[in-house]
Amino acid sequence: MSHDFAKGVAALESQIDSRIAAYFSSCVHCGLCAEACLFYTETQDPRYTPIYKLEPMRRLWKEQHTFWGKFAIKLGLSKPLSEQDFADWEELVYDSCTLCGRCSMVCPVGNDITYMIRKEREGFAAAGYTPPGLQEATHRALTIGSPMGVTLKTLQAALRHVERNTGLKIPMDRQGADYMALFSSMEVVNFPEYIESVARIFDAARLSWTISSQAFEATNSGIQIGSREAAREIVGRVVDAAESLGVKYVISPECGHAYTAIRWEGPNLIGRPYKFEIIHILELLDQLQQEGRLKLSGLTETPLTFHDPCQIVRRGGVIEPPRDLLGKVASGFVEMADHGEMNWCCGGGGGVSANERAEGLRLKVFDRKRKQLEALGVKTLVTACANCRIVLEEGIEDRDMDVAVIGLTELVAEHLATTPATASDGSGAES
Amino acid sequence: MIGQLIDGPLWYFSLAVFGVGMLYRLYSILRAGVKPDLATPRAGGGAGALRNLFSRFAPRRDVATRGRLTLIAGYLFHLGLFALLFFAQPHVDFLAERITGFGWPALPYWAFIISAELALVGLLLLWLHRLLHPVTRLLSSVDDHIGTGLVFLVMLSGCLALAQAFEPLRLLHLFLAELLLIYFPFSSLMHTFTFVFSRGYTGAMMGRKGVNA
Repeated sequence: MSHDFAKGVAALESQIDSRIAAYFSSCVHCGLCAEACLFYTETQDPRYTPIYKLEPMRRLWKEQHTFWGKFAIKLGLSKPLSEQDFADWEELVYDSCTLCGRCSMVCPVGNDITYMIRKEREGFAAAGYTPPGLQEATHRALTIGSPMGVTLKTLQAALRHVERNTGLKIPMDRQGADYMALFSSMEVVNFPEYIESVARIFDAARLSWTISSQAFEATNSGIQIGSREAAREIVGRVVDAAESLGVKYVISPECGHAYTAIRWEGPNLIGRPYKFEIIHILELLDQLQQEGRLKLSGLTETPLTFHDPCQIVRRGGVIEPPRDLLGKVASGFVEMADHGEMNWCCGGGGGVSANERAEGLRLKVFDRKRKQLEALGVKTLVTACANCRIVLEEGIEDRDMDVAVIGLTELVAEHLATTPATASDGSGAES
Repeated sequence: MIGQLIDGPLWYFSLAVFGVGMLYRLYSILRAGVKPDLATPRAGGGAGALRNLFSRFAPRRDVATRGRLTLIAGYLFHLGLFALLFFAQPHVDFLAERITGFGWPALPYWAFIISAELALVGLLLLWLHRLLHPVTRLLSSVDDHIGTGLVFLVMLSGCLALAQAFEPLRLLHLFLAELLLIYFPFSSLMHTFTFVFSRGYTGAMMGRKGVNA
């Protein structure tokens, strides 16, 4: 990718809003955010201190928005932001931050450091200082429709398997359905059992649902790399498909950042509220279960714990639904010491897992999760994000641990009270 | 002559710089603007902002353990300084005479001394941590050290001037406090006021998502 320093500075400058200005004005460099970041706790490298990752943006803010900053630049006492700064900080901004948001929860002055890094990435992306892995994923998302290169044909092949395994007809492009389901490429390719589980649950609950052939991919590399234009294009596809099908709800899959992208950033990217609602799959399952439409039976007695996907829980607000659901299907559910809003990241969010260059560091910081699991002593880890799941599985493999990782939606599907005997067509009507 | 300058014009000048500079800094933050959030909120942002404004006074469990020294020293310094600044008898008298026109109950002498000692110990610990810990050493700027140094000198001269018998020490304390007031709006000491904005913004955003930040 070619580099454009001036474009990067302009993009970075445009990100400095009241929030960013207040955050930089408030920071007293206490360093407490380091203690909340697994990249620091597992390496003890001070460069991984979250607020330090914002040094390029802070310097730009200082030289443009503060008296001493302007004064020092004029007198030649400090050097203005340079292209070398982009080059030097690229690794810190992308490889050592999963946008997990843990640092934002502990800052004494209340700085949302994750929001700042998300904004800083806009400048880095505009300047062309981004990891090749993320560049390629974003390119594939824009040209093919999926960061992993999953096409409609790939999805259709996966759906045929699902139909064969379940005896159900998966509804495609059903006009006027209540719900439109999205999936992540990772689910289509690595965990098709998620799609199968969704199909079985929706059939059991008699949900009126569909999949759009125009927009089935939920992930958004634009958010991860920090390109507002790419993110808007990707979200726009989902919005167009949902509005043309006339659905009332779009279901975000388990994937964490997909939820942040479509639920919280999406309307701001397209510049208007949606004409439909976004509901996360866990929120929907919990709601169906509470309404009595999703009947569950039996309890898994195996001791298990739950890994909170950061973007669903801490940054997304879906905190209780996974716990409600686990309470209905598992009797041996135990929480890790730091859980829910204060969970520790798997180490692969925010585009880190798509960044091959960061693999060594990602596996190193997995030690945080390893310590959590070993402290608890359970052998089954439930999660609700395909990306977390693959990252956790790789970490477990790398550390030679005896822990199985399963998806929460699949666990719920395993406890469906009855398996419908008839093949539903997804219309929601009784067959 | 110098005493009159410190006690008179310089005091009013420093107060004006502090007031105008502080208001300008706050205005410059607000002027940058924030785009409205178009995502349908799960809960109200106002309640989240208010909750976060106060909840951040207490640390999260994990950080309370890992950053124990910073937290304890931080509490000692801030609480001690607050008590000292607003409830030490000489300060109450000074503020009543120069600014408010009315006084309020002051701390007993022994409590005032304890507050001063706690604040001084807290500040020194924070400064040492800033100088010695790899993270804070990497993060700290000249501004951080000037701000800390000025506060330290003001507090030290205040302790020396306690007896009130030696006028030059009182003037030295006042002069240093005036320098601090002048430096304040241009420094990270502004967090005294801007933390309300940063906690508020974050609390509002997280509150809209239904997260207790």
